[in-house]
Amino acid sequence: MSPIPLRRKLAAFFALLLIPLAAKAQAPAPVPTLPANDEPELVEFDTAKTRSIAVPALVAPAPADTPAGNSAALGRQIAEVISANLRNSGVFETQGPNGLRAISIGEVTAPAFAEWRARPVEQLVQGFVRVGGDGNLTVGCYLYDVGFGTETTRLGFNVPPREWRRAAHKCADAIYSKLTGELPFFDSRIAYIAETGPKGKRVKRLAIMDSDGANHRFITNGQSTALTPRFSPNYKSILYLSYVDGNPRIYVYDIDAGRQRLITQSRNPTFAPRWSPDGQTILYSMAVAGNTDIYKISATGGGTPVRLTSSPGIDVGGSFSPDGWQIVFESDRSGSQQIYVMNADGSNQRRISFGAGRYATPEWSPRADLIAFTRIAGDFRVGTMRPDGSGERLLTNSWQDEAPTWAPNGRVIQFFRTAKGSGKTSIWQVDLTGANERKLPTPVDGSDPAWGPVLP
Amino acid sequence: MKNSVKMAVILLASTAIVAGCSKKQPEQLPPPAEGSVDQTPVDPNAGTGQIVPGSQEDFLANVGQFGDRIFFDTDRFNVDTEDQATLQRQAQWLARYPNTRIIVEGHADERGTRDYNLALGERRANSAKNYLVSIGVSADRIQTVSYGKERPQALGSDESAWAQNRRAVTVTVQ
Repeated sequence: MSPIPLRRKLAAFFALLLIPLAAKAQAPAPVPTLPANDEPELVEFDTAKTRSIAVPALVAPAPADTPAGNSAALGRQIAEVISANLRNSGVFETQGPNGLRAISIGEVTAPAFAEWRARPVEQLVQGFVRVGGDGNLTVGCYLYDVGFGTETTRLGFNVPPREWRRAAHKCADAIYSKLTGELPFFDSRIAYIAETGPKGKRVKRLAIMDSDGANHRFITNGQSTALTPRFSPNYKSILYLSYVDGNPRIYVYDIDAGRQRLITQSRNPTFAPRWSPDGQTILYSMAVAGNTDIYKISATGGGTPVRLTSSPGIDVGGSFSPDGWQIVFESDRSGSQQIYVMNADGSNQRRISFGAGRYATPEWSPRADLIAFTRIAGDFRVGTMRPDGSGERLLTNSWQDEAPTWAPNGRVIQFFRTAKGSGKTSIWQVDLTGANERKLPTPVDGSDPAWGPVLP
Repeated sequence: MKNSVKMAVILLASTAIVAGCSKKQPEQLPPPAEGSVDQTPVDPNAGTGQIVPGSQEDFLANVGQFGDRIFFDTDRFNVDTEDQATLQRQAQWLARYPNTRIIVEGHADERGTRDYNLALGERRANSAKNYLVSIGVSADRIQTVSYGKERPQALGSDESAWAQNRRAVTVTVQ
């Protein structure tokens, strides 16, 4: 395995070819340049990490019907999900299961390395699906280094048939972690707002889905506008804003019970709800006589709200540091929206954003090292900075990219993009490096994504 | 009835003059939008010339076209002299119907982030409310609600549309 990927080698090769050709050309034309402020930010893209990986269909040694379909079909579907997860991470070039031959059960633990080496492919995922006496699936997942001809890791998962996708995500997570050194993130869920209808009469519904868009479910019916959901860390409930009583109010929706309650009894509008990392505290914004400040309250209900900010401007939003000790939030106390950090009790408030334009929607990375934000300087772009405000980088460049949310491993950022004119929205994700920007599949338009933690 | 119609015509004319002098008034005023979120359902007597005194239709006829709303500059929420004239006409009508309550809806344009725009809309609605209270409308009669950027009146993505959408709209509660 060469340390320099083929793609980069080819680029260097073509560059050498092109230089002499350009030199022979006549009088050099003026080099066209973009205006300075139209130049994109340069981001690093670690192409050396791209690896090729083959995922043939998992073997079903004794095919049997399950409520989720025949186990042989599930073996192929699980391989498809593993392959899609790895490919969409941007780190892997995947092969299979389509286009790869079926493997035998014997091969699962004794791969035909010579054959895989000849494709060529660097890594190989094989496995099996068995239906147990209790009706549950046992999914075996094996990762091999084809070059060395060795097993890297193996895992087994026991799941009810309806949760076969989770076994696939867990397998993909294990492979991703093993090969990149990053924490897992595929086996997680997203709450967001599903949007339909014309721009002036948008219908906005609370909806949830898996991190890859599967298992989609609408929660509200769209009769009243729903906004800005956040999954609780244990996935049992969702905080969101609803106009169900005619006014913007935060509710906590219990997913299993299908019931919701107000987080605080107040005649004032409440919005921008957030959980603390331990799920014990809810952060929210409330406007009193037009002045918005940030409050926190116990998530269990009852309790007295604690006011954390008191500037005469708009203090809004907020996101806890992963250790729960600090909160990053936005405030226009300086005259325009900027990002501030404070201790979780409201003390030591200090501004950290000082670039051109306005800064909004700060979200602390689960890895603690970065804060994602929306920068408004004409267009809206998503970027990151360190918690002390240094090292600012912009990751996207579109008309209106807004409201970043972190993958549980702090490696990928989702946000929503609004189209100029039509107002149509879509959910996108991008790697921390700015590479591998891609749109998420949603049944209708989508906004306000909120990524939850890795499922237990 | 005849008098009130006459008055409406005069007010319309004066609104047009004020609009002509303004720097910040939207270049294009919106057409009376069908099914607009800012309008209460049309009175069944509409078109027959039978405007019910004290109704939303009566309010709109008296404050003049677009006299139900004031407009704001980007990221601002101050009530300027032109807005004051608009709100004074609203207050005059409200003085005639002391039992009528109102909701002031605050809105922002699409070029702001969602949470911030909810806060900004609330600020704008309160600015209008505070001015109405300062000229004698009882605070008990006025509710506010912010729609942030959720309910644009003008649907374009340009300065003219944004100017029409940065607004506080007074709606009577019937």
